[in-house]
Parts: sequence; C-alpha cells; structure tokens
Amino acid sequence: MVTTTHDDRHGTAGSADDLLAIRGLRTEFGTGDRTVRAVRGVDLSIARGEILGLVGESGSGKSVLASSILRLIRPPGRIAAGEIVFDGRDVLAMNTRTLSRWRGRDIGIVFQQPQGCLNPVRRIGWQVAEPLRLKKGLGRRAAWDEAVQLLRSVGIPSPESKARAYPHQVSGGQAQRVMIAIALALRPKLLIADEPTTALDVTIQAQILELLRDSCRTHGTSLLFVTHDLGVIAKLADRVAVMYAGNIVETGSVGGILESPRHPYTRGLMDAAPRLRSSEGERLRDIPGSIPNLARPIPGCPFAPRCGLRKELELDRCDREMPPFVQSAERHAVRCWGLPEMRTANRTNAAAPEREIVR
Amino acid sequence: MTVAGFDEEITVIPRWRRIGGHMLQSRAACVGATILLILFVLALFAPWIAPYDPFKIDPIHRLAAPSAAHWIGTDEVGRDLASRIIYGTRYFLLICLVTAAISSSIGTLLGLLAGAGSPLVDGVIMRFIDILLAFPYILMVLVVVAVAGPSLWTGMVAVGIAGIPGYARLVRSTVLTVRQEDYVTVARALGASRREILFGTILPNVLSPLIVYLAFATPLSALIASALSFVGLGAQPPAPEWGAMLVNSRTYLFSAWWAVAAPGLALCISIFGMNILGNGLRDVLDPRNA
Repeated sequence: MVTTTHDDRHGTAGSADDLLAIRGLRTEFGTGDRTVRAVRGVDLSIARGEILGLVGESGSGKSVLASSILRLIRPPGRIAAGEIVFDGRDVLAMNTRTLSRWRGRDIGIVFQQPQGCLNPVRRIGWQVAEPLRLKKGLGRRAAWDEAVQLLRSVGIPSPESKARAYPHQVSGGQAQRVMIAIALALRPKLLIADEPTTALDVTIQAQILELLRDSCRTHGTSLLFVTHDLGVIAKLADRVAVMYAGNIVETGSVGGILESPRHPYTRGLMDAAPRLRSSEGERLRDIPGSIPNLARPIPGCPFAPRCGLRKELELDRCDREMPPFVQSAERHAVRCWGLPEMRTANRTNAAAPEREIVR
Repeated sequence: MTVAGFDEEITVIPRWRRIGGHMLQSRAACVGATILLILFVLALFAPWIAPYDPFKIDPIHRLAAPSAAHWIGTDEVGRDLASRIIYGTRYFLLICLVTAAISSSIGTLLGLLAGAGSPLVDGVIMRFIDILLAFPYILMVLVVVAVAGPSLWTGMVAVGIAGIPGYARLVRSTVLTVRQEDYVTVARALGASRREILFGTILPNVLSPLIVYLAFATPLSALIASALSFVGLGAQPPAPEWGAMLVNSRTYLFSAWWAVAAPGLALCISIFGMNILGNGLRDVLDPRNA
C-alpha cells in the first residue's frame, strides 16, 4: 500500500467536537444504467463557529452535497451511502417528525435565488414570523414583533413597513436579507448558504457577505458557504474544501490553499479567476475539457482527463485508482498521485498494479 | 446599517384593494360584477321588489302581453312573469352556490392530495377522476338523478359531482408546478410538516387559478342544472326556476313569446355576467399583471 498517511482525522473528517461530520456520503439520482452519482463518497467536517467555504465549478455536486445535509434530496434522488452526524445525532436515521423538528431549529439554509425562495402570496413579516410561531411557540403578535426585530438586524430599512410588503415589492438584495433573517430566526447552530450572492450584483454581494459573516460570528453559528467564486471564499471563510465531480480533492485553511494550492484542479481554478490588477497582456487560463459524465463509473481520479500534471508526468495510475488524502501541512490535505511525496509510492507500486485496468 | 438607494418607503396596498383597483379598470369585469350584484339584490329583496306573488294563479289574465300592470306579461296560468323572474334569481344563485361548493371543495381536496401525495395516492385519485370523466358530463348527471330521484337538490348534487374532475385536474396540475418552486423547498428546509406545506404554502398559491376556474365553471353548472329542470329532472313546477319556467311556456312560443323569452334572457344575461366577471378576474389575478 501507499506509504503516505490516509488519516481522515487530520484530513477532511475532523475531531469529536465537530458540529457536523460527514463520512463517505454518496448521493445518487435515477436508477440502473442512468444513475447519476452526484456526490461520490465525501468526507467533510465543520467545527463549531467555523466558516467553511465549499468551492467547485457547476456540476461538481456542491449544491447536492449541501441539500443532502438537510436531507432535501427528493426521489428519484437518494442518499445511497454514508453518514451525517450533526451535534452527535445521526441525521440519516431521523424519522420524518424528528427531521422536521431538527430542520430550521438547529440548521438553516439560504439559497441562490432569493426572490424565488419567498412565498409570493404571503407578507414578508408573516414569512419571518412563521418559524417563530411554529417552532418557538410564540403568539401571533409576539412573533410579528420579533420578525420586525430580525428584519432590522439584517439591515432592512424601516422594517415595520417592509414586514407588511409582499416579496415582489422588494429588491433581490433585500429578499436575500429576508431569507437570512428567516434562516437565522431560531438561532441555528449551522447555516448553509448555497451560492447566496450569485444572483446579486457586486455591491449588494459584498453587503450580503458581510452580513452573513457578522451574523455567524456574533452568534457563534457555523457557516457552510457554497460557491464557485474563490474571491468570495478569500474574504469570508476560515477553511476551504475544493470539490470536483462529486469528490473533495483538496481541503485546508484559506491562507494555505490560496497561497499554495497543491491539487492541479485548485491551481486551475485560481488561474481561471479574473484578477483586477493583472499584468498587461496576461490572459485568463481556462481548464480544458469539462466535468466527466457522472452517470459513468470513474475508476481513477475524476480530474485525470483534464489534468496537465497527469499529462506531463504520464501517470497511468491516475486513470485506474482514486488517490487517497495526503496530509501536506497543518489541516491541509490533498488527493493527487502527482504530488512529489506520492511519486515514490507510484514507482514502488508500478510493477504490481493492484487492479486490472478497466476501460 | 442602511442600504443605499433602497430607503424609499413602499406603500403597501392591501391585496383585496389592489385587486379591487384592477377590477375597476376592466369595464367588462365591472359589467359582470354589476350583473351579479343585481342578481344578489333581487334574490335578497324579492318579496319587496316583486309586484305580485309568484305563485298566484289568475286564469282571466293568462298569457297577457307585457303592459303597465304586468311588466313582462303573464304565463299560461296568469302568474306575473316579472315576479317569477325575480324570485327565480333565488334558485339561480342557490344552484350556483351549491354546485360550486360541492365540486370545488371535493375537487380541490382531491387535487391537492393527488398533486402532493405519493405516486400511489396520485394514481388512485386520478384513476377515480378518469372514471368520472369517462362518462359524458350530462350522462353522468342523469345517472345520479336517476338513482336519487328527480328534485332540485338531487339535481344540484348531481351537477356538483359532475364538476369535481375539472377542479381536481386543475388543482393537481397547479400543485405539481407550485411544489417545484424554491419557496416550497425552503419551507421543507425550515422544518414545516407536510400538512403545513400543503395547506400553508401550496394552497394559497393555487387559489388564483382556482378562483378564475370557479368563475367559469359555475355558470356552466347553473346552465346544466337549468337544463335538468327543463327535462323535468331538476326543480319541479310550480317552482319559479328559470329552466322549469321555460319548459312550461315553450308550447306557447308562437302565441306568447314573452313567456319563453323572459326566463331564457334572464338565464342568458346571468351566465354572461358571470363569464365576463371570470374574464376580468383572470386578467387581475394573473401574476404578470399584479
């Protein structure tokens, strides 16, 4: 076997005082030959009060992962395998009643399209007040008053009158503030934000990010922030997990990953991100190719067909076998056969391939 | 923290007043609403408005032409037609209310369950609806009346039952669209139970198309119920129901046309009024116009 460590404790799944621990999670859609495996065995953990950025391109499975945590996947989608432990409780074992009591109270979620997330026929204040009435048992009047306070705390101007408005009467940025107020109404321990600023323009985006960060820091709420934008991660997160084709390929502190990305995909993502002060004539480099077909089995590293490093080093192993996580620095773990510390292992194993090459 | 550029006050108009305001801009809807209002006033104050007792027979003045004494003449036994038309509004509105209540309540419930339930529930309900639909509408009504015996109430119940499939299908298809909306996912993510989502989140969003359908389906039901009376399977004479009045006077079509024209026109105008009101409602409740 490989000589390098494959120790999840320091890699992706963390220690016992983690708020959320996901192990070997697989989420699939459809049946038979056309089963799309969107999440392919993810290990991930979030500590209390931590802001974790989950980054990846479209179709990498990051939104599916976020929805899986709340068990929002609907048939024909399903969670096929794995374990989700939230605050010591097994989420996948919860029955319908426990599940709906847990949702909203301990965990909140904010989605991408704020205006589609608000019920068009209900007043904004009513929608903020409803979880307070249903879950906290407040009376109509008290819930409404607290809803107004919540709207004020997320920076809605003149919240008394805005509470009486309908969703189509507010802007996208304000609608997202309302969604954040709803998600935070019951002071959850974890907030999941699934690309909450993608549909908003840049100035509003910055305000929403600030609001999310401040709200979470104030109340010690953990935040799982899903995005495709590394710039947003840099501003917001403590730690980053990079996702590609249903797998986490690299995880580490924001500083560590942004300064010295080790996985070829992470490096590709950073090269592809536009920078304001780029030198004259510098062009954006894209990653050639596209995400693999998730309905097909992927025996090796999913990034291998697009990987420059694989081509350069001519590593056959990339096509056959998924690399394990390798601890490269404090809380920084990467899975890639092309890492210098992996290459020795490759050589020793090259003579005796562990598996037949499946093509 | 304030947000630049978004500080202006939103004047929040109550929903009913917003809809009312749009309604006033549509002339057709106004005409329809006025006709319906007149019907309600006539039905409510019939004893004070009607010049004669609608059941009082006066053989000397039978089939009298319209005159100052009898505004639209008398029928074949000398009853005052104007009074009978005025009392007839009570039957018309009763039929509308009862048939609409039966078909919309049962149809909506079935549609909600089918649209939001498991594939099994959906399949069972919709196959039942298909069975109802397999019978031609009028045959369906006739079967129910034949089983229960002809009377005004069995006629109304029969028409009400025959109207269920339309509501069920409309509500089911709307629910199927609405449940895909993000705000339903959000409600689930917030821990709302299935029942809270169905009745608190989905149902309010089904109401707009439902109200419009109600405005179109109800006059049709009223027409069928009158047709039932016409063939003797609904309201029975001497009740001043317009369909029943038509059948009695049709033999005198050539000697006393007014006795046929009066209930026919009354039915016509009432149904026309409800239809254009439905048109207006459809325009107003369309979210693109809101």
